[in-house]
Amino acid sequence: MRLRTFFWFVGPSVALMLIFIAAPLVSVFVQSFYVTSPVLETVERETCAPGFLGEVCTTQTVTRPLLDADGRVVTETEFVGLQAYRSVLELDRTRAALADWDLQALLQIDFWKALRFTLVFTFVTLPIMLAVGLGLALAVNTVTERVKGPAIFLTLLPFIITPVIGALSIRWLFIGDGILTALIEWWLQRDVALFAQAWTIEILMMFYRIWHVAPFAFVVFYAALQTVNRDTLESALIDGANRWQRLRYVIIPHLAPLIVFLSLIHLMDSYRVFEEIVGFSAESHVISLQWITYDYLTPDDAGNRSISRASASAMLTMIGIVILLIWPLRRTWADYSRRET
Amino acid sequence: MSLSPALRPTTSIKVSAYLTLAIWCVFAAFPIFWISAMSLKAPIDAFSSNPFAVILGFETRRLGVGLSVIDLLWIGLALWGGWHVATRRLPRLVAGLAEVTGPVAAWALAVTGFAVAALLVAVVILPVLVLHADAWMGPLATPVMGVTGAHYRSVWVEFEFYRNFLNSLMITAGVVTVSLTVGTLAGFGLARCRARVAFWILIAALVFRALPHSVLVAGYLPAFINSSEILAPILGEAAPTLYGMPLPVIFVLVAINQPFTIWLLRSYFANIPPELDEAARVDGCTYFQAFRLVIVPVMWPGVITAGLFSFLLGYNDYLVTSLLLDAQNQTMVPGIASFFNRETTSTDQVRAVAAAVSITAPLFLLVMVFQKQIVSGLTAGAVKG
Repeated sequence: MRLRTFFWFVGPSVALMLIFIAAPLVSVFVQSFYVTSPVLETVERETCAPGFLGEVCTTQTVTRPLLDADGRVVTETEFVGLQAYRSVLELDRTRAALADWDLQALLQIDFWKALRFTLVFTFVTLPIMLAVGLGLALAVNTVTERVKGPAIFLTLLPFIITPVIGALSIRWLFIGDGILTALIEWWLQRDVALFAQAWTIEILMMFYRIWHVAPFAFVVFYAALQTVNRDTLESALIDGANRWQRLRYVIIPHLAPLIVFLSLIHLMDSYRVFEEIVGFSAESHVISLQWITYDYLTPDDAGNRSISRASASAMLTMIGIVILLIWPLRRTWADYSRRET
Repeated sequence: MSLSPALRPTTSIKVSAYLTLAIWCVFAAFPIFWISAMSLKAPIDAFSSNPFAVILGFETRRLGVGLSVIDLLWIGLALWGGWHVATRRLPRLVAGLAEVTGPVAAWALAVTGFAVAALLVAVVILPVLVLHADAWMGPLATPVMGVTGAHYRSVWVEFEFYRNFLNSLMITAGVVTVSLTVGTLAGFGLARCRARVAFWILIAALVFRALPHSVLVAGYLPAFINSSEILAPILGEAAPTLYGMPLPVIFVLVAINQPFTIWLLRSYFANIPPELDEAARVDGCTYFQAFRLVIVPVMWPGVITAGLFSFLLGYNDYLVTSLLLDAQNQTMVPGIASFFNRETTSTDQVRAVAAAVSITAPLFLLVMVFQKQIVSGLTAGAVKG
């Protein structure tokens, strides 16, 4: 295909990605160095109240936003350098915590707390998701045709459910004296409150995430199991490989590229863990990197959004995902280049 | 396909496979089944710690309608019928329709028809049967399970959830249409181009796929809020404020979904032999004509899968829509936050549950109809990418 024709084909798609993904990135980068705030003016105001023997007057200085001719708040934008980053990272507290080797104190700071949770969440769910997906694919591959249809249908349900709703449905099973909490209480013979401390909420979130993503791994593995070379399997059998060895040396190598593919997708998706926190209303116990940015972007009680700090935390979040993805991306690149040449 | 006897699973493996699958299916379906049961009960039953109270609704039965054994049979029949129609009849119907209208229109018609029929059965026919069939059924008609539709009524009518539903519908339809139009062209171009630049576009798309959406929204928000000033030099007085409007959100969601769509469709088109469109080009077609006349007729399975993923992204999104849309254009998923954040009374909580089930119901119908496409589309597409 000639390059000109190629650009006509990909043009609209590339244009959309440039306008709505690349351009915002640049603007977030720039915004993170600037602060826009209302211009304040200080005025002296005299308030008088009627009193005994004449008025009592007090004069006080009031700070209020400056309004322009149309009655809108005048804002000014100034370059503040790395100040937004400093305030997101809370550098003073971080430095103090590091000086004392105090991990507890470090993890009290929003950003590091969120980073710790996001990374633990990502790397704990990854292997479990792959194992559950593979196990399900092998199981569905073994059962008869009549059972496969309904089994696949039920398996797909957690995958397509809206993440916020999925998290909510798990929450309703456990919250207060929810049905599963009641079950655990009956089993342990003691009171449990699963939404009262961070670690139980984290476990529930991981539990939810595995429930939500294992079906995708299942579908991908199941599809690939249909293309395992039967001759190789039979020759392995003739060479005396038992079932476990056939799985280990024939089937898993066949699935290897998909394991990389699924890990890559999972890294991207669980690094942006967010919906669980909304669904569980967990923000006072557990927060994630993406939630911090969301929180800065949500208007506060006065209706202001801290765009500058949001941009700084967005840039920091982005640096994190880039570091995580360097290795898998290089691998994809190597695979692709090898195939093309 | 027959396996050599030695490769056939042994009985113990079979038993453990069935067991694993049975446990997983309970695990997968239970939360959804449970919230559906909760949404139909009076608050005192819905949040009871006694499971039988949640299923059978003792208090609810005292207050409102009770379902008898025969009513439960009716409901079971309706569910079985829905399953049968979705998995057996509908594909055949679509195959017939597709010859007249083309596959996408055929699927759209079939799915809409199926959804309307399901809604009619659930909201009109079943309640009528339940209310009136008991009279001549005698002993079988003693109510055993209490249900109430009050929470659904108050969510949809009193709290005007249908507005959120219509907004969701509009956003999702827009996302699917634009995403597929743009994505199929790009996917085809990328599959047929051997230049270095195609590779770079794909790698860039992969990096874009990884970006957390809040990073992007942090970029849009100031621009969207001030867009009338920014665009004023170009558009003059007509420059719109993009914040709160559905159309820009559609484009934002399309762009966010483009990386996945073009990777999926590129792999799909790469599996269509290039000889097909090359033959057309030898006969004097341009690339666009070759695409339209030769590729379009065979691309539907891949496109339907890509469409499903676009649908899920648009329908399920919380972060983008909650930040970029104003209250009046809000979609269902952020809309539900107003229910579960209120949660002052237990009635509010059951309303939130009913709203959650209402959001899930269309997805449930969708999997019923499209499960084969999801599995086969991923087989042909993403997995080889």
